[in-house]
Amino acid sequence: MTATGTTDRMTRLLALVPYLAARPDGVEVAEAARDFGVTERQLRGDLELLWMCGLPGYGPGDLIDVAFEGDRVRVTFSAGMVRPLRLTTDEAVSLVVALRTLLELPGLVERDAVSRALAKVSAAAGAAGRVTPVAVSMDARAETLAVVRDALERRRALYLHYYVPTRDERTERTVDPMQLLFVDGSWYLEAWCRRAEGVRLFRLDRVDEVAVLDEPAAPPPQATGRSVDDGVYRPGPEAPAVRLRLARRARWVADYYPVEDVVPVDDPPGGLAVTVRTADLAWARRLVATLGGHAVVDEPAEIGAQVAAEARAALARYGVRAGGDG
Amino acid sequence: MAAKRAERLVNLVIALLSTRQFVTAARIRSTVPGYEADDGTARADEAFKRMFERDKAELREMGVPLETGRTSVFDTEDGYRIARADYELPEIHLTGEEAAAVGLAVRLWESAQLAGAAQSALVKLKAAGVEVDTSRAIPIQPRLDRGEAAFEPCYAAARDRRRLQFDYRRPDEDAAVRRDVQPWGVVAWHGRWYLVGFDLDRQAPRVFRLSRVTGTPRAVGPAGAFEPPADLDLPAVVAGQVGGTEHLVVVRARPGTAIGVRRHATSLGPADDGDDRLELRTTEPWALADQLAAHGADVVVEAPTEMRDAVIARLTRLAAMGGTA
Repeated sequence: MTATGTTDRMTRLLALVPYLAARPDGVEVAEAARDFGVTERQLRGDLELLWMCGLPGYGPGDLIDVAFEGDRVRVTFSAGMVRPLRLTTDEAVSLVVALRTLLELPGLVERDAVSRALAKVSAAAGAAGRVTPVAVSMDARAETLAVVRDALERRRALYLHYYVPTRDERTERTVDPMQLLFVDGSWYLEAWCRRAEGVRLFRLDRVDEVAVLDEPAAPPPQATGRSVDDGVYRPGPEAPAVRLRLARRARWVADYYPVEDVVPVDDPPGGLAVTVRTADLAWARRLVATLGGHAVVDEPAEIGAQVAAEARAALARYGVRAGGDG
Repeated sequence: MAAKRAERLVNLVIALLSTRQFVTAARIRSTVPGYEADDGTARADEAFKRMFERDKAELREMGVPLETGRTSVFDTEDGYRIARADYELPEIHLTGEEAAAVGLAVRLWESAQLAGAAQSALVKLKAAGVEVDTSRAIPIQPRLDRGEAAFEPCYAAARDRRRLQFDYRRPDEDAAVRRDVQPWGVVAWHGRWYLVGFDLDRQAPRVFRLSRVTGTPRAVGPAGAFEPPADLDLPAVVAGQVGGTEHLVVVRARPGTAIGVRRHATSLGPADDGDDRLELRTTEPWALADQLAAHGADVVVEAPTEMRDAVIARLTRLAAMGGTA
């Protein structure tokens, strides 16, 4: 279904009279406009149009009647338009699936309230609410999320044990929370990190311990949230380039990370040469090691040499002698 | 939309709601303002017919339950009416907290289709007398269905139960392959969107990652062309195909190393050589093998043999990469 201007306005027109009828004392025009997501001017235009509508006969007693009192408006004759139209399938799906999702996101709203709202909305949606070709299943870290959310609400600083995979270490830090983000399937806390003296994103599934501190969250004025519209991983253009050749099995890297200069290559067969920019060569080393030989490093050469040396040392522990080593 | 057309449509809805009788097209033409008057010419009849057909389609598109039928056996043609009970949203009362949950829920969508639908649903709830406060500041940027171009066509085809064709490229394949599917539904599972459906070429249920769909999926054939399984549990289908069964793995890690492995491990105590013995559970053994190999000499796999061999195979490839340089 296309949300054409026609359908949008018709939905609004059919809902406006019941909206006013449900508020017999009237409502401020500005508030009504806000509720319908339109300007006051548009709302007045809608009301003027409805004034021309009514029951067959279309005499003075048949037409919808609206009274303006100062900046308030109320309906004095509704021509039988007392209830809004039922929810469409899309409308029912959008509410039912989103409420089910909220049930999986603890700490945002009181869980009982969500499940009561879900039951009531499903009942009101009727048949439209039973067709749900969409489902959302989240991997929510219940406890961490709830604690972080609590700190944000109360504007308190947080103490974190945070795992940094590129260095394989657990760090301890005090941060000033700024906002929670849900990006590409993961929850992130954006916060001012007092240790790094900068804004950092902390992936919640890497937070091993978290505690709300008594001191207030006080991100310095220069701490500004950044847009994550292009994903969370955004290296600067001046970051060193790592040139990789990805075999088929490793080509997902080009989908997952921002890459440049993508060129198909024959060695390895069906391969892809890409450039990844990163200021953190330890990250690149770990990525290559994780790819288990399905990616070859062309630049910088020492990454490949380091990974290979580590692999030979590991093989020695298994009692396996690596071929090609002299 | 021209104000005239909107006015005519509102009047048509009110007129058909206000009667229990079926009203013929001719009667609608003569009572509801805005239709081409009957001047006896075929041109005017034709214009009215076109206009009325468009109006009916528009109302049905909006979900107005427009019925056709005859009030009595003596009627010579079908008429139209709107049954109030089918038209009206049933009574719904939400407490402040419940309404707040709804206000938050509608902000989880970003795609035009569901975000737009959520907004119009909200308008209807407000028109039913529910006070929904959507201004409450929440420290969250929800991005449930962000940036998935294939989401809308897949969702729409699953909703309408229409066959869906699309090009699908697995990362380990060189070219996209055309797939022909009865779409059962779309699922966000651990942050990634999947299409679940019955693959008509392979004659089996299949799960597709939306991000691997190339181009725009195309719905073909009529709506209501199939029926998904009655006991369908969409996330379970994805979990079954993506997740698989759980494997137990035992590794040894040098003390103080392999923090990333320890975070998800159960300690089995120290080994003879002073290493820590750790037990891991995984539903994705090959991904775990990748992780374990990346820890190098700090981690050695004890069991099972398959995992040990898989890690050795990875290490052997990695060792060959650097040559003797």
